[in-house]
Amino acid sequence: MMDSLILRTATRLLLSLMLLFSFFILLRGHNEPGGGFIGGLIAASAFALHSIAFGPRALRTVLVFDPRSIAGVGMLCAIAAGLFSAVMGDAFLTAGWLHWGEGDAVFHVGTPLLFDVGVFLVVIGAVLTIVLALEEEDV
Amino acid sequence: MLSWYLVAPIAVPMTTAVLCILLATRRDLQRIVSAAGAGAHLVAALLLMAQVWQGGILAGQMGQWPAPFGITLVADHLSAVMVLITGIMGLGVGLYSLRDVDENRERSGFHPLYHVLLTGVTGSFITGDLFNLYVWFEVMLIASFALLALGSEKVQLDGAIKYAAINLVSTVMFLIAVAVLYGMTGTLNMADLAVRVPQVEQRGMMTTVAVMFMIAFGIKSAVFPLFFWLPASYHTPAVAVSAIFAGLLTKVGVYALVRTFTLIFTDDVGYTHDALLVVAGLTMLTGVLGAAAQNEIRRILSFHIISQIGYMIMGLALYTPLGLIGAVFYLVHHIIVKTNLFLVAGVAKRLTGSMDLKKIGGLYKSSPLLAVLFLIPALSLAGIPPLSGFWAKFVLIRASLEIESWVIAAVAILVGLLTMFSMTKIWVEAFWKPHPDGDDRSLSIGDLTVSERVLLIGPIVVFAALTVAIGLWTQPFLDLATRASAELLNPAGYIDAVLGARP
Repeated sequence: MMDSLILRTATRLLLSLMLLFSFFILLRGHNEPGGGFIGGLIAASAFALHSIAFGPRALRTVLVFDPRSIAGVGMLCAIAAGLFSAVMGDAFLTAGWLHWGEGDAVFHVGTPLLFDVGVFLVVIGAVLTIVLALEEEDV
Repeated sequence: MLSWYLVAPIAVPMTTAVLCILLATRRDLQRIVSAAGAGAHLVAALLLMAQVWQGGILAGQMGQWPAPFGITLVADHLSAVMVLITGIMGLGVGLYSLRDVDENRERSGFHPLYHVLLTGVTGSFITGDLFNLYVWFEVMLIASFALLALGSEKVQLDGAIKYAAINLVSTVMFLIAVAVLYGMTGTLNMADLAVRVPQVEQRGMMTTVAVMFMIAFGIKSAVFPLFFWLPASYHTPAVAVSAIFAGLLTKVGVYALVRTFTLIFTDDVGYTHDALLVVAGLTMLTGVLGAAAQNEIRRILSFHIISQIGYMIMGLALYTPLGLIGAVFYLVHHIIVKTNLFLVAGVAKRLTGSMDLKKIGGLYKSSPLLAVLFLIPALSLAGIPPLSGFWAKFVLIRASLEIESWVIAAVAILVGLLTMFSMTKIWVEAFWKPHPDGDDRSLSIGDLTVSERVLLIGPIVVFAALTVAIGLWTQPFLDLATRASAELLNPAGYIDAVLGARP
């Protein structure tokens, strides 16, 4: 933890910006560069920044859940995305899609998104577990 | 829908691992989920085995991407029997771990890691794609690093560093070989590779790639001269961990060797398989001689893993139907026997306080049941009839005599004798000799609590019974090995199952 007013003030701003950007990257990943992994890394670095500015204990309060549980839930999302195809009678990991709207304004949502969200959470959980383990060590 | 038979043995331990992570704070519930998950894994493995036994080679395309573009999961008889044995060991050692692994290690994540390890091992056996195999190797390795270091004792970290360093070398070698192979053929689907590799014009380069795979998998399976990481690390973690490592991890390397050197690299058999034969002989000898110099039970057993790996490689290197039958049979027999010996060693430590042969003794007097349970796998390991090890060695030696490889046959027999020597040493020191601190220092099995008796001794009894069953009722197991060997020597069935019948 660094005791710096400048860093703390900047972090308050940057945290929300970086999280917002990580969601953007996560959603954009379907058709363009991006995705759950890189999005997760950005979100994790936002939280890591918070932990450097305010200390690991503050980060635990912000996160609410244990990072390992976050990774676990993410993993569960990814498995669920794979198993969903069983309902449709297809092979494991076959994508299932829902479509809304007509013409050019069709909105697609499917199990690959759930899978990506899973990856997103696993990356956040895993990176933060490491970050917290390192930060809390030297207290 | 048949492809779900292939997915289940991977998805079940993966889901179990996740549930164990989420239940990290609820210790009792986590233990129940862990044991139930191991049971479900065994059921999934049994279903897969039954399906393959009846319907032949089973292939499934994940995400319905057709081969060779997507990831294919394939189970032939070899894969299915390896998954089944993984399921059996996973449940047995999983139950044993409930009384063996301490609370501190459980809190650091033993149960999730254990199931991640099973996921990686099972995935390696079922995948039909070389890069996917690499990924499963990684899953398995990451879990094994963590399991090895769990508890953070000094000797453990020492072992874990050696283990991690050499395995990373192997991983890099594997990855480079995969990249080069992809550059030469444009595919990594194993069935597709089997079709395309013979068409490649640079034969010399292909042999080089084959040798790179041989080195990468050789390190994983601890063959001569790349075995030193194994005895440096296997005696350090909790008994349940070293038992599952001893049973399964090196065997994944052997499986990968068998798979690639029967399916893909069969062009230059005169070079590659002769090299394997030399390696096999040296592995057997160095392993068994190394064991003779040791005085700690788990270290002796670790060196014996190495020498036994030599037998499996020998079966592959002979590259005859009988040789491969022997290799498959040996794989199955050895996993059961070796895991069991480690479990017995764990109980011996609990009863006498140590695994150092100089500090213990008197077990035969205090608990004759444990003595019998030790003798069964120990004699089987040395190849005494009518136990499973006798048939495994018999088939292999006969295979080598048939093609007049006298030297390797002689080495195999000699190593069997030397194995007997090591087992006798453990027997005399740990069981016969009185305890150096006086007669009453060894506890008997009766002194354990009921739950300890069920969870620690139960799996040992079942594994010992399996060893005897394979020995006395060999035919079905030989039939299975024969089918597996026939499929390995004639890959057309495998290729057709994956790529679809071609004109």
